[in-house]
Amino acid sequence: MNAQPLIEARRLSKHFDVGRGAPTGKKKVVKAVDGVDFAIRRGTTLALVGESGCGKTTTARLLLRLETPTAGSVYLDGADIHDLPRGERAEFRRRVQAVFQDPWASLNPRMRVRDLVAEPLVANNRLSRSAVTDRVAEVLTGVGLTPDHMRNFPHEFSGGQRQRIAIASALISQPRVLILDEPVSALDVSIRSQIMNLLKDIQQRLSVTYLLVAHDLGTTRYMADRTAVMYLGRIVEIGDTDTVFEGPAHPYTQALFSAALPARPATESREIVLDGEVPSPLNPPSGCPFHTRCPVKIGRRCEEETPKLQPVPGPGGTHLAACHLMDDMEGQRG
Amino acid sequence: MTHSDSDVVLAVENLQTHLYTKRGLVRAVDGVSFDLRSGETLGIVGESGSGKSMTALSLVRLIPRPAARIVGGSVRLDGEEILEKSEAEMRAIRGEQIAMILQDPQSSLNPVFTVGDQIAETFQLQGKQPRGRMRERAIAALREVQVADPENRVSNFPHEMSGGMKQRVVGAIAVARRPRVLIADEPTTSLDVTIQAQYLRLLRSIQQQTGTSIIFITHDFGIVAKMCDRVAVMYAGRIVEYGPVHSIFATPSHPYTQALIASVPSPDTKVERLESIEGQPPVPWDLPKGCRFAPRCPFVMDRCRADYPPMFATQSAGDGDAEAEHAAACRLLEGES
Repeated sequence: MNAQPLIEARRLSKHFDVGRGAPTGKKKVVKAVDGVDFAIRRGTTLALVGESGCGKTTTARLLLRLETPTAGSVYLDGADIHDLPRGERAEFRRRVQAVFQDPWASLNPRMRVRDLVAEPLVANNRLSRSAVTDRVAEVLTGVGLTPDHMRNFPHEFSGGQRQRIAIASALISQPRVLILDEPVSALDVSIRSQIMNLLKDIQQRLSVTYLLVAHDLGTTRYMADRTAVMYLGRIVEIGDTDTVFEGPAHPYTQALFSAALPARPATESREIVLDGEVPSPLNPPSGCPFHTRCPVKIGRRCEEETPKLQPVPGPGGTHLAACHLMDDMEGQRG
Repeated sequence: MTHSDSDVVLAVENLQTHLYTKRGLVRAVDGVSFDLRSGETLGIVGESGSGKSMTALSLVRLIPRPAARIVGGSVRLDGEEILEKSEAEMRAIRGEQIAMILQDPQSSLNPVFTVGDQIAETFQLQGKQPRGRMRERAIAALREVQVADPENRVSNFPHEMSGGMKQRVVGAIAVARRPRVLIADEPTTSLDVTIQAQYLRLLRSIQQQTGTSIIFITHDFGIVAKMCDRVAVMYAGRIVEYGPVHSIFATPSHPYTQALIASVPSPDTKVERLESIEGQPPVPWDLPKGCRFAPRCPFVMDRCRADYPPMFATQSAGDGDAEAEHAAACRLLEGES
């Protein structure tokens, strides 16, 4: 808590123009990310969880400089990453790397493993060929493969091994931040835990900072130190993973967690099944974005006033939720 | 067996489906046997390449031809052998007796017809009916799968619907003619968590109303825990363990089942270190001679590599109580039984 965060997003927004609506000719805007704040401390993992369209992947792309924010900023070590001098952009690429969901799509099928893994290094560095090869051998060993694999092509590997290759490639430039976008969801069940354990070991060994984008709550609980739950472009709840999972405060988080599949056959169901679907981000509800589906809505205030993130009553003070109910609880407590 | 045979809707015995590939013969389904009882939900769990989907396709004889062929075994629906039916008879069985819901609703629906027309198509197989009547039946079918505003939705094209709603339409088509058996092959994999919860609840309520037996094909033990009465675990073309869900979760008996259950992180508890199964599943055209899990098994013994182990009843199966029949193909159980 004392240390400066390595990565910080402040009022981060990304709006996409999607053309003009036919009847009115009014400009249509999708607020994919809408005023998101978070910080990640060095060597820890923050997970962004939520359903499709909640903005978690757009947030990850903003952190990779693959998108320019409409408003707000992302700071890496205090420097605004979207306002870097030209000369420092290559350095940024070395320091922030990514591992994506699908290791079939993320590896060029016509390149050998050595060249695939070495690519970030070759693009950014002036090492000799043999030094590059030595470094590739080193990172391959670090992800549980062997230097012999260098001469093979991606199609010769299984999904789990391909993801190891992708991780090796992400690590070769000694990044300080890894953006993990659903890193295990395309893999087979028995392979997932291998890769999750590998990512945890790497974090411990190299103290890399992770931003994990996930929809699976078991993966999140296992991997993340802190968890942020997103809904329609906003963070509705954020806190230490164990705190959030053991005492979810926002009604959406509660419903999301209760909808997760059980680890074993349950004797009783504590399921909160939400009606309807996530509203269109083209036309998000007024006020609290969740009020249309909220089972505990407290009236017109939810329809009119957008709740801000505020402390959830309890010890710690780092657990925040964006819900008007927090006010009421605060009032009762005080 | 305390279950009378009349209770069994679908009896699968020693089913074998082979794939003839460039790399060689793949025994995709290699001697699979199970019974599906009336009104129950049976889970078939396995990873990719385990043969679970090929098993499902074999039951309705929709395997990819000519690459795949059912080379042996028997599938009896209410006592009648399916594998001997003609193609015309099979067409009558599919949809009427056995229906399927597949993973991706987008590819199950025709993009150039309205969902109403596609639902009506199933009814048309029962004979021509006036158009207005068809529309009414389609609306009723949509209402049954809890699509909001069915009167308008019936004229939608698939692309006008969300993934969850399209999967409901697929469900409506599948149950429209009250099949005896519904095969659901990863029906919620492409859906979001809260939409998945809605869909699973819907399937359960349809089952309660219609008494359909469901075969749930999945890779996810969470779905099994939530939905199934009994479960069969497949690995490399064979069932390695089967039993009632509670018994499988309480005392998983095959080392593969044990490791698989232990390797899935739960959102409900904090775990410091997950167990993981080392190695990869075997390549399907080059299976080990003995137990196919032997190369990855922490308890492997010499005789495991010699020949394939038969099914042994587990201890939890108790004294011949058929309700609790729980068995695993593992030599570790040999001494116990």
